[in-house]
Amino acid sequence: MSGHSTYEPTTGIERWLDTRLPIVRFAHDTALSFPTPKNLNYWYTFGGILALMLGIQLVTGIVLAMHYVPHVDYAFASVERIMRDVNCGWLIRYMHANGASMFFLAVYIHMIRGLYYGSYKAPREVLWILGCLIYLAMMATAFIGYVLPWGQMSFHGAVVITNLFGALPIIGTPITTWLWGGFAVDNPTLNRFFSLHYLLPFVIAGLVILHIWALHVPGNNNPTGVNVKSENDTVPFHPYYTVKDGFAIGVFLLLYASFVFYNPNVLGHADNYIPANPLVTPAHIVPEWYFLPFYAILRAVPDKLGGVLLMFGAIATLFVLPWLDTSKVRSMRYRPTARLYLFIFVLAALVLGYCGGQLPDDPVIGAPSGLMLLDADINSMVWLSRVATLYYFAYFLIILPVLGLTETPLPVPESISEPVLSHPATTPVGAAASPEKRG
Amino acid sequence: MADTVVGATPDPHASGDDPSRRDFIHIAAGAAAVGAAGALIWPLVDQMNPAGDTLALASIEFDLGKVEPGQQVVVKWRGKPLFVRNRTPEQIAAAVKDDNASDLRDPATDESRHKPGKAQWLVLVGTCTHLGCVPTVGGGDYGGWFCPCHGSHYDTSGRIRKGPAPKNLLVPDYAFLSDTKIKVG
Repeated sequence: MSGHSTYEPTTGIERWLDTRLPIVRFAHDTALSFPTPKNLNYWYTFGGILALMLGIQLVTGIVLAMHYVPHVDYAFASVERIMRDVNCGWLIRYMHANGASMFFLAVYIHMIRGLYYGSYKAPREVLWILGCLIYLAMMATAFIGYVLPWGQMSFHGAVVITNLFGALPIIGTPITTWLWGGFAVDNPTLNRFFSLHYLLPFVIAGLVILHIWALHVPGNNNPTGVNVKSENDTVPFHPYYTVKDGFAIGVFLLLYASFVFYNPNVLGHADNYIPANPLVTPAHIVPEWYFLPFYAILRAVPDKLGGVLLMFGAIATLFVLPWLDTSKVRSMRYRPTARLYLFIFVLAALVLGYCGGQLPDDPVIGAPSGLMLLDADINSMVWLSRVATLYYFAYFLIILPVLGLTETPLPVPESISEPVLSHPATTPVGAAASPEKRG
Repeated sequence: MADTVVGATPDPHASGDDPSRRDFIHIAAGAAAVGAAGALIWPLVDQMNPAGDTLALASIEFDLGKVEPGQQVVVKWRGKPLFVRNRTPEQIAAAVKDDNASDLRDPATDESRHKPGKAQWLVLVGTCTHLGCVPTVGGGDYGGWFCPCHGSHYDTSGRIRKGPAPKNLLVPDYAFLSDTKIKVG
């Protein structure tokens, strides 16, 4: 994919620099002339959106760190001071808090895009695994960041999540004590969380560089899933995709701004505006929305260690996905059966997210049925979570491996250009298809 | 060209010459580097463990006179809530009655969970053994505690009866200094 460089330094200073540090050439080849499949749709704009969101989180975060005090006695008050007294502090904090949600929204769409078009398959396994690592680092960063305001949800969220490691046999207690730096979540915990919350975004940025590197070796996948066959299948990244990404970013920022300016707290929880109190747990403790599916998986299992293992397993499964999907066809555009199962998978993930936000014993519809299955009413969030959890794992561990061997995919086009050029609407009667004029 | 020289002028520093001596240097240097790295990493890991002042947290004394029958007082001990509950005779009877109940996940008699002759006083670490939330007193199906996070039910002896928690609420080390005063820790 990465052909020879088309960069030609025009000025004397560029020629001088190019022979010493070809950084302009690198930027030109990476972001301007990079040959990109010409059929990318708007689902492919989320990579650019994510890069922007990382930038926004870094800038707003560094600014917030100038005003925030990582101490149990001052953390909550310093956040309130940012909201009330620091010039534009409210804007920067709301951008940061809602930016995290927007970041996750974009990453989930980006991941589902990858699932749909088979972007994780050879030769892009490393690209996919790097993406999973970024997702993992994002979750760690987001969780730690949510602890910093030291409200009730911050504190008890930190207690619950760090206690997850306590479920491990033998090493569980030493690990939680080590994480806390004491016998409970306290000032040492807050201090180190602040330190790590500052560090991890730069780890993410490093992983993003590797992710883009791994993307530029085989080049972009595309909605047909067919490899690029010739230059006729590609266009330079600039102006074609700088403009397309730019438009998508504009639309995405509208959504982001509508949260920041009109409903900045709707994705948060009111209890986090109560200062942390280690002696009282809020009546209804829930994580941020982007963790709810995993929280539902955790609660679906009546055993502590089992729940924790299944929750981490849900993420670990993503890493081995390239070797679980046995189909030779990348894009689900040509795999109607797989497409159906993927839609159900997305639905199951949404159901898990919904269940994660409800109390485990709440009825799903109407009143409890009174019919107990094992340990819970059959009409309860717990049982709905269990069904959805089962599907989540079945999709990766059973459906994808088996389906790749048994399904009959639709005919896959010869090249990216072929389905467009052979389409009756683009081929008027009598006119010969001339690919060279349609670049 | 190089192969014509080999053997003609033996070079004592050529690689592959005297392999055992060369290997020894490699292994020794490698081991020293690994040892040094380990010695450097350990302080960086261990610094996250509880510091001296955290470990030196004093034990606390508590005056039971503040707790009316049927009530519970929550005090902070080592950063965690401590439940001190003054149980009513009915609550004690309910706990003793369930000593051999089949749904005890972490079987323990009520007798073993309080000091001899002090059945009314239950002193427990107030963190759910599931994921560390603070259970609310008087809730749940057994009248003991109910954890709002993930729905664990504890009975009036603090034993886990229902829900995801694996263990009974922990009884800390404590002693009666007098009839109305305890020392925890």
